[in-house]
Formats: sequence, structure tokens, C-alpha cells
Amino acid sequence: MKQFIEGSWAMAYAAKLCRPQVVSAYPITPQTHIVEHMAEFVASGELAAESVNVESEHSAASLVLGAQATGVRTFTATSSQGLFLMQEVVFNIAGMRLPVMMVCANRAISAPINIWNDQQDSIALRDAGWVQLYAENNQEALDLIIAGYKIGENPKIMLPIMVCVDGFILTHGMETVDMPTQEEVDKFLPKYNPPYKLDVENPMSLGLLGDPTVYLENRYALHKTLEEVIPEINKVGAEYKKAFGRDSIRLVEEYKLDDAEIALVAMGSVCGSIKDVVDQERAKGAKVGMLKIVSYRPFPGEAIKKALAKVSCVGILDKNISLGAAGAVYTEINSLMAGQNKKVSGFVAGLGGRDITPQTIQEIIKTTKNEVNACKFIGLNKELLWDEFRV
Amino acid sequence: MNNDELNKTASQTAEHFDEHCFVSGHTACAGCGQSLAARLVADVAGKNLMVVNATGCLEVFSTKAPETAWGIPWVHSLFENAAAVASGVEAALRVTGQIDKVRVIAQGGDGGTADIGLQALSGMLERGHDVLYVCYDNEAYMNTGIQRSGLTPLNTNTTTSPIGSNSSGNPKFKKPLLEICAAHKIPYAASASVGYPQDLQKKVKRALDTRGPKFIHVHVPCPLGWAAEPSLTLEIAKLAVACGLFPLVEYEYGKVTKVFKIGAVKPVADYIKLQGRFKHLAKNQEALSALQKVADQNIEYYGLK
Repeated sequence: MKQFIEGSWAMAYAAKLCRPQVVSAYPITPQTHIVEHMAEFVASGELAAESVNVESEHSAASLVLGAQATGVRTFTATSSQGLFLMQEVVFNIAGMRLPVMMVCANRAISAPINIWNDQQDSIALRDAGWVQLYAENNQEALDLIIAGYKIGENPKIMLPIMVCVDGFILTHGMETVDMPTQEEVDKFLPKYNPPYKLDVENPMSLGLLGDPTVYLENRYALHKTLEEVIPEINKVGAEYKKAFGRDSIRLVEEYKLDDAEIALVAMGSVCGSIKDVVDQERAKGAKVGMLKIVSYRPFPGEAIKKALAKVSCVGILDKNISLGAAGAVYTEINSLMAGQNKKVSGFVAGLGGRDITPQTIQEIIKTTKNEVNACKFIGLNKELLWDEFRV
Repeated sequence: MNNDELNKTASQTAEHFDEHCFVSGHTACAGCGQSLAARLVADVAGKNLMVVNATGCLEVFSTKAPETAWGIPWVHSLFENAAAVASGVEAALRVTGQIDKVRVIAQGGDGGTADIGLQALSGMLERGHDVLYVCYDNEAYMNTGIQRSGLTPLNTNTTTSPIGSNSSGNPKFKKPLLEICAAHKIPYAASASVGYPQDLQKKVKRALDTRGPKFIHVHVPCPLGWAAEPSLTLEIAKLAVACGLFPLVEYEYGKVTKVFKIGAVKPVADYIKLQGRFKHLAKNQEALSALQKVADQNIEYYGLK
């Protein structure tokens, strides 16, 4: 049933439909509405779960780790500083192969303290061993949560899933979302039945010390499993389409790339704005297209290469920066494009909630065509810069 | 069902774990007080038990992959989060209807409990999870090489509070961990010592038969970190109690309900002379008196005589 609703409600509703049995989170803007809605579902009896209010994000992540290790499905959500406080637990959850589901409401990192959107938080944790999926809109966010549980809980995968949604833009935005029924989700998502758990009938030790004779193999197995997630996303995507009629579970989305000369690459909600600008530019005769990356981890290198095979100019928009280097997505795509005789440029925009307007995107398209830049900031207010930085 | 009745329902595990759920073959040092205490605790709990272990000596020496010394479900995540992970284990047991059949113990050392893990522990106690948290206190970060913790006694020589011309060792008083936990007004909080195994086990049993959050602070000598003879572990532990430096007490809902009377109080000098970490106090009367004063204050505060 289609409903015009707030993003956080759609995401909480998606999680509720998956019947997590333990939910734990700590308040942080702009994630708060999601866990508030989860608490309401538990309070009203709509969701049979333990909802535990903890004293920090570190404990929220630790609590869902403990619950997941005991064999139940869990849910948590956080943002920005909260994700960073969770960081060591986030790495630990992946290493322990526990398919925790987390929604990250993407938000800028302090300092300066800033509650508005960019993607620096989840990008900084890209190496943790989690599957990272970025949603363009609230329909996709809902779809990725439901499908994400299925991908992560596959006994051959057993990896945690982070669904990344742009803070405020998606979490607080109102959109029309097609809400599946409980019956449909129950049919799609099997009961959580982990191959290992804490169980007095079958005692085992989890979280052992891995010395130099076993650690390397452990990390290799984690890496190889993440690679196996690439075909798994396609497989679950096909199942999802069959069950719900939407093609939203995919590695990448190609938008008007067939005959494009210039391609912009981006992740998350900005892709909606880029599609509009692509349409406007095409109306003027420019051969522009867009590649949206949904799965950033695992990184779908082959799918990206294939999608960009025919374009001559690639402009990558990063809402993050590896300070002192360049945007994270640019760095990885630039390395993929090596030796292909394409003009590849990286752009950093929208940090800390700065609006990315159609003009911003037009400037990126123009610059992609005419120049080659590794790390060009777009939309800087030169009045606010020191003299030597005004170039 | 109390813990004894519960144990009668336990399922059969590997023969190796028939007698104890925490078995020998691990790599603890000779005379390790913590490994002794951990077995005494696990023995009381029996097989309907899940253990959440903080990072530290106990975790490292008992579970080096691919081996484990634990015959019950056991999980280790990180250093400071044992109480939070245990909260999650408890929540999962509660929501799946197993909470009346399975006991949860979280355990860690003094650093993992009183310093880096204190926030998670306070959260667990405040939320009322049905978990027993056991702190094995050997009074320094032994796993990383004898660095001072918040539970290191006054004037102790450690690698980060070394003695020198300007230092008589650790300049701070031992953090009142038991009082902090008891102040959460939890149903049961107690201190115990590996030197008094029956008392320790009695307290563990009492805790496991109490629903809600429980805390037990166990004093466990570390021959390596204390520079003491491994054969003297229990004797040293008993002397810590006898001199008043480690009072054995019980709290219910924030109030002291029972204290272990010392009887013939021993001087602190008798306790420290067996330990290299206090060797410098033999020539430093002022520092020794300051430590004796801590013991005297404990005796007075809890009425230990």
C-alpha cells in the first residue's frame, strides 16, 4: 500500500516487518526518529521485541552483538559521532560474522560540530567488513533494509549490513513509499536460523584470540565472503523484484548511460537531483548520464567498469573526503579506469549539509568535460576562505 | 528454579567438561589467582550458563584459537563492553523465553571493569539486566605488562607508576568499585577473595539465586604482577583480607548487610612483605603508614573487627 510518510517511519516500519527481537540504539540526530518509532512499535505491542535504551552507542552496538550471538535477529541505528563511538564494535561484529542490521543516517563529522548531511561517517568505516548499501530515496531505504536482512543472514554470508541514508534529506523527508504487508515480508524473509550461536545444548566459544597462525586466513575469509555478496545482491535482487515488483536491490543503477559521453557517479539522495539535471541537459542535446552506486561495500568494480565502458568523461561526486588525498569514491573509480584513456575527475560537494543544487551539478558536468581534477571542491564561498586558498 | 535445581536439568556436554566447565590446559601463569577464582565461579554456576568475557588475561589464556577451556557457551567481544554484550545476551534470552533456564555471567579484570568498562557496567546495573558481573581484581593491567589501573592500591610499584626519587609508586587510592556498584541499589553486591573459596562460592550461589543485576568483586593475586611466589597466592589473598586492605562485605539494595569479621587484624606490613610490588615500602615508613591508614579506614568504615 502506498503511503505518503516520513523516511524514518518507512525505515522503522521496514525493520519492524523483519521482526527483529532485540532493538537497541542511542539518541543522535538525525537518526532519532527511527528508534523512536521502533520504541513505539514495541510499546504498542506491534513488534514483539526487547527494546533496550542504553547509555552510549558503544553499548548499543555491543548489545545487539550479544543478542545476535545468542541467536536472535537485531536492529540498531546511528549517525556520525555515534557511528564513530561504535567503531571498534562495528569492526568486531563483522569479524565475529554476526549479521546485524544497522541504519546509518549519514551526517557530517565534528569539528566543527555539524548535524547536517554528508557521507563522511559511513565512508570512514568502509573497511570494517560490513556490507554498505546507499539509498537514493525512502522507497529504496525500505527495500534495502528488508533485502539486507536476507543477504546478511544467508548462512554462507553471515555479514552485517549497513543501510546508509542521507540524514534529514531522507530521514526527515516526506515521500510516497509502497509499504509491503507483513505476509509478503514473512514469505520473502525466512526465520533467522544462524549456523552458530550461544546455546547451552551445544556450547561453543565465540570471539577467540586469533594469533598470527590464523588471523590472516580469518581476514581473507571475510574479504572473500564480501566478494561473494556481489552475486548474492543480484540473486536477492531478482527475488525481491519477483516478490515486491521493484528493481531496487542492485549493485549499481545506470541512468541514461547507453549513448552518454559524460557520466556522473554518485551515491545516495543526490542521485535524484542528478537525474533531473541529466534530463535537462539531454533536452539541450548534451549526452550526459549517471551511474548510481548502491553497493559501496562490496565494491562492484566489474559492474562499474561495464557501465562506464563507453563514456569518455567521468565525474565522481563525493560527499566525503579522505583529507589530504581525495574523495573515497573518486579514488576507487579512478584506479578502476586506469589505462582506459578516459578523463576522470573527482569533486567534493555538499559537506556538512551544503545544498547540492542543479547549478552545482551543472558545474560538475561542465568541469568534467573540460578539465581533469582529482579533488575539486564545488560550491565554496570564497568570501570565507583565507587569501591563499582563494584559487 | 534456584541454581542447584537448574543444574540438575543441564544437558550433557563433552566428557572433558564433566567435572568442570572451565578446565585446565589453558596457559595461565603458575599460581594465577584469576584462573582459580574463575573456575570456582563457573563450578557454582554449572552448565546452564552463558559467559561473556571482557578482553584480558582470562580471555587470552583460555581461548586461543582453535582451543578453548570453556565447556559452556562463552563469548568475547572487546575490552570495555562485556556488561553491554551480556545485556544483549540477556535480552535475547528474555525475548526467546529462556531467561528462567539460563544464567548469564559477565566477567572482566579490574581495568576492564573499573576503568574502561565502568560506563557499560553502570548501564547494565541501571537497566536491571538479570546478569551477574564478576570482576577479577588483580590490581593492575597485567595482560599488557603491569600498568596501574583505577584499582591499583596506593603506593604500588607498577610499570606506569614506577618508584623513583620523586615517586613512592601509585599516588592514587583504590577506586571504591563495590560501593559504586552498590550505589545503583542493585539486589546484591559483594566482595570476595580467592583466598576464601567457600565464601566466594557461597556469594556466587547467592547472586545466581537472585534475579536482577548482581555484582561480585573478587580479589585475585597475580604472582607475575605482584612479584610474589606462585605458591603463596592463597596466603597473600588471605592476608589482604586479614589486614583490612580488601574487606569482604555484602550489600543488598545499596545497604551493607553482612561483613566478614577479621578477628585478629594483621598489620599491612605482613601482607606487603611477600610482594615485590611493595618492596620499596620497607624503606619508606611514610608510604607504608599511608597504606596502613587505608586498611585502618576500611576496618573502621565496615566495622571489620
